[in-house]
Amino acid sequence: MSDKDTVEVAVASPEQPQPFAELGLTAAEYAKIRDILGRRPTAAELALYSVMWSEHCSYKSSKVHLKRLAPNEEQARQLLAGIGANAGVVDIGQGYAVTFKIESHNHPSFVEPHQGAATGVGGIVRDILAMGARPVAVMDALRFGPADAHDTARVLPGVVSGISFYGNCLGLPNIGGELAFDPCYAGNPLVNALCVGVMRHEDLKAAVATGPGNKVVLFGSRTGPDGVGGASVLASATFVGDERGGRAGDDGDGKATASKRPSVQVGDPFMEKLLVECCLELYAAGLIEGIQDLGAAGIACATTELAAGGEGGMRVTLDDVPLRDPSLTPAEILMSESQERMMAVVTPANVAEFLRVCAKWDVEATVIGEVTGDGTLTMTWRGGTVVSIPPQTAADGPVYQRPMARPGDLDSLQAAAPDGLDRPKDGPALRATLLALLGSADEADKSWVTAQYDRYVRGNTVLAMPEDGGLLRVDEQTQLGIALATDGNGRYCRLDPYHGTQLALSEAYRNVAMTGATPVAVTNCLNFGSPEDPQVMWQLAEAVRGLADGCAALGIPVTGGNVSLYNQTGDSAIHPTPVIGVLGVHDDVSGRLAAGFTTDAAQVVLLGATREEFGGSAWAHVVHQHLGGRPPAPDLHAERTLATLITTAASEGLLASAHDLSTGGLAIALAESCLRGARGARVTLPGDPFKALFSESAARAVISVTPGREDDFAALCASHGVPAAPLGETGGDTLTVEATFEVPLDELREAWESTLPALFG
Amino acid sequence: MTFPGSLDDTDAARAARYAGAEPVPLWHADRDLRGVDAVILPGGFSYGDYLRCGAIARFSPVMAELVPAARSGLPVLGICNGFQILCEAHLLPGALTRNAGLRFITRDVRLTVANTDTAWTSGYAPGQQLLVPLKSGEGAYAAAQETLDELDGTGRVVVRYASDAPNGSARDIAGVCNEAGNVVGLMPHPEHAIDPLTGPSGDGLGFFTSVLRAFAGAGR
Repeated sequence: MSDKDTVEVAVASPEQPQPFAELGLTAAEYAKIRDILGRRPTAAELALYSVMWSEHCSYKSSKVHLKRLAPNEEQARQLLAGIGANAGVVDIGQGYAVTFKIESHNHPSFVEPHQGAATGVGGIVRDILAMGARPVAVMDALRFGPADAHDTARVLPGVVSGISFYGNCLGLPNIGGELAFDPCYAGNPLVNALCVGVMRHEDLKAAVATGPGNKVVLFGSRTGPDGVGGASVLASATFVGDERGGRAGDDGDGKATASKRPSVQVGDPFMEKLLVECCLELYAAGLIEGIQDLGAAGIACATTELAAGGEGGMRVTLDDVPLRDPSLTPAEILMSESQERMMAVVTPANVAEFLRVCAKWDVEATVIGEVTGDGTLTMTWRGGTVVSIPPQTAADGPVYQRPMARPGDLDSLQAAAPDGLDRPKDGPALRATLLALLGSADEADKSWVTAQYDRYVRGNTVLAMPEDGGLLRVDEQTQLGIALATDGNGRYCRLDPYHGTQLALSEAYRNVAMTGATPVAVTNCLNFGSPEDPQVMWQLAEAVRGLADGCAALGIPVTGGNVSLYNQTGDSAIHPTPVIGVLGVHDDVSGRLAAGFTTDAAQVVLLGATREEFGGSAWAHVVHQHLGGRPPAPDLHAERTLATLITTAASEGLLASAHDLSTGGLAIALAESCLRGARGARVTLPGDPFKALFSESAARAVISVTPGREDDFAALCASHGVPAAPLGETGGDTLTVEATFEVPLDELREAWESTLPALFG
Repeated sequence: MTFPGSLDDTDAARAARYAGAEPVPLWHADRDLRGVDAVILPGGFSYGDYLRCGAIARFSPVMAELVPAARSGLPVLGICNGFQILCEAHLLPGALTRNAGLRFITRDVRLTVANTDTAWTSGYAPGQQLLVPLKSGEGAYAAAQETLDELDGTGRVVVRYASDAPNGSARDIAGVCNEAGNVVGLMPHPEHAIDPLTGPSGDGLGFFTSVLRAFAGAGR
């Protein structure tokens, strides 16, 4: 790519070969760009289209499926009217609106765990900030290879330290998330970061460049060579097996040059904190017409999306972009994913005041262009025009209906049900199974990770991990709050992506309800293998269909999401891993529920129906390394009823604790409630003890009843039609299963707490 | 007082409000204490912890006002990053270094109140135990042996970790004061323990009510 590749040069040299394939474009896509422009693109235009049309930015393979997620009338009632509905902003009442989103940073986090994860947090926070909201909390959903694998010891501590470094320094409480291990993530860890922001209804901002003559201001960090091609080359391509470990620089900026620049960005949370406060002050002063965060595809994406969202014209002088490295070419300036940058559209009259606010926060701000009415995105550099395109064509991108095929091994996988596996037959064997599961990396105490996160900052954290859901106070006077949970289970989804996704949705929904909140909205991060593999595309389509049907059944909308494809090494894809986030509204956070048994002599009750369901279970995985059969059957109607029961019971003061049942079933849930409340329990199991303890049937919870209110609660269960089985009573310093086994809490605690420190130091 | 990168400033203001005081925001770039009766330097990462925690903040314009005022008896409480700034500004002895485990630690810790004669701890009983969050990466208190001996000998250790310091602090020191007792710095966050709804306890509120009591006692 020549530095001087202007539109004039491009017109005069139609035959000049261009490195479209190295930039991740297909021959057909390249031909389409030539067709749109009526000439060959300049080097800068080619760079711009390559990142905008990357899978990461354009959703070209998933778009046809994601249409299913559009809210119906019932679902849309949760959304803020006007542009809020389009932007997926949730109305939580009392004049407050909430926006939340989860995004992947999987590939960068494998290449450079600390910075990859850190910038994942930074990116999603700017996304929320650009809506006009104050970011108020983050969460993280993580997946790694086997806990005892050598490379996990490199990747996991780096990822955790990156999230800790960035989120703590930014001053956002980390209130929850997930951590799970499986060999399928060994070459492809998942790092999904969620951010939630709160605003007043009238504060919502739009990503549009309107009003010809208005100025385009770039503010925040300077633009450097980091992350060039991150969206196209790193996030939208499959890792090749022999690149493992040493591939960080291999694909660099995708050029066939000797350049070995890493495609991973470098984060500065201090600058992001200044940017957050600066933006919020700019919003409050009414100085912004339109705003866009700079994330994947940097300036290329921000300019095209702002221009495409408005009247369609913008002129940018690339020479005015403040650079950290003056040798950057126009293509590199456009593709750079340098962090902590935002772009605003400002009226000429407000520019001086805008710059003054930025100066107060020590944030560099530069006018780099203006809005035009000519429908063209024009960029000049050193006197020549290097970009002249209709912005919509770059913003929209191609749409592919990729071939799909049910995985060839799915029938045999589903047929290999866990029915024949050896089961623990007596009390000592059941006891040993409980301790084995409790000490497995997936179920063990996650304090090694969460102790590195600040959960207190901002002073509104009512519940945080290890509780089922995070709970934040939004209004100190009225005690209005929001609850959040994320869930996903790759094993269930491998066995059945449609139902597996509904199970993830169900669990996140249930977790939110366990705090006493009412679930109101859904976000998602769809982590899958290569879309060029028809079997992966089938999994993706099934997952989206499951999510759409599930959300319709629950009556809550999907407000946004993110798709991460190419999560595979060579031919082996990760398990399909949709991570589902659910937001709830809590009318009075002072009435929060927590999972621990906090009261002696409280009746312990199992809610929901338990079936013989062990496909994809923690027991099959931990004890037999077995994956087969079908996952538990989701029951969305039962989830809805259970949630209503819990929120009603909580508001009436009937409950002393509530904990959902998920992987590991009742056994793990009872152990966790005992450990978190530092209080034992004595229970009698209904029916077959193995099934009662370890089945993973959905729509279940274990609660303890406020002493003296047992009859009221039983009546409430009956009126809601929720099966309720009294199991026993809290108290003592053992978990005792009558006529079966007894475990002292100290022994439970040792099994639960020692696993991660033993693995990671 | 807010520096660029202060994070727990709204929480410190809330704690002051809970205690019955009127919080007044101070800005690092203004050479003006706005007539306040006491100052809280909050937690956070002022200036991104560049160079050293608190090393740049001590040169902020507002510090040129704060340092002489503190030397003249103005009650000043430094929490976490605020403690680091007070040490960098030589209002308090010693320094805060990387945690023993080299990782950031968030943990609810038990503290023992060792000195109830300071402006910020007069409302506590000697030996009283408090449950307060600790959240820091560079919270290990360090000082020369003779300084530590002097602090111990003159009762200037204000709070100690009740069991072993999780961050490796010398002599389990969690907080210290100046000779006059009006300037106190500690690593744990009492402002995050003012309400059991959002913290592990309400034990930390005593720091903020103590300073108000001191004013009342002074006949204001």
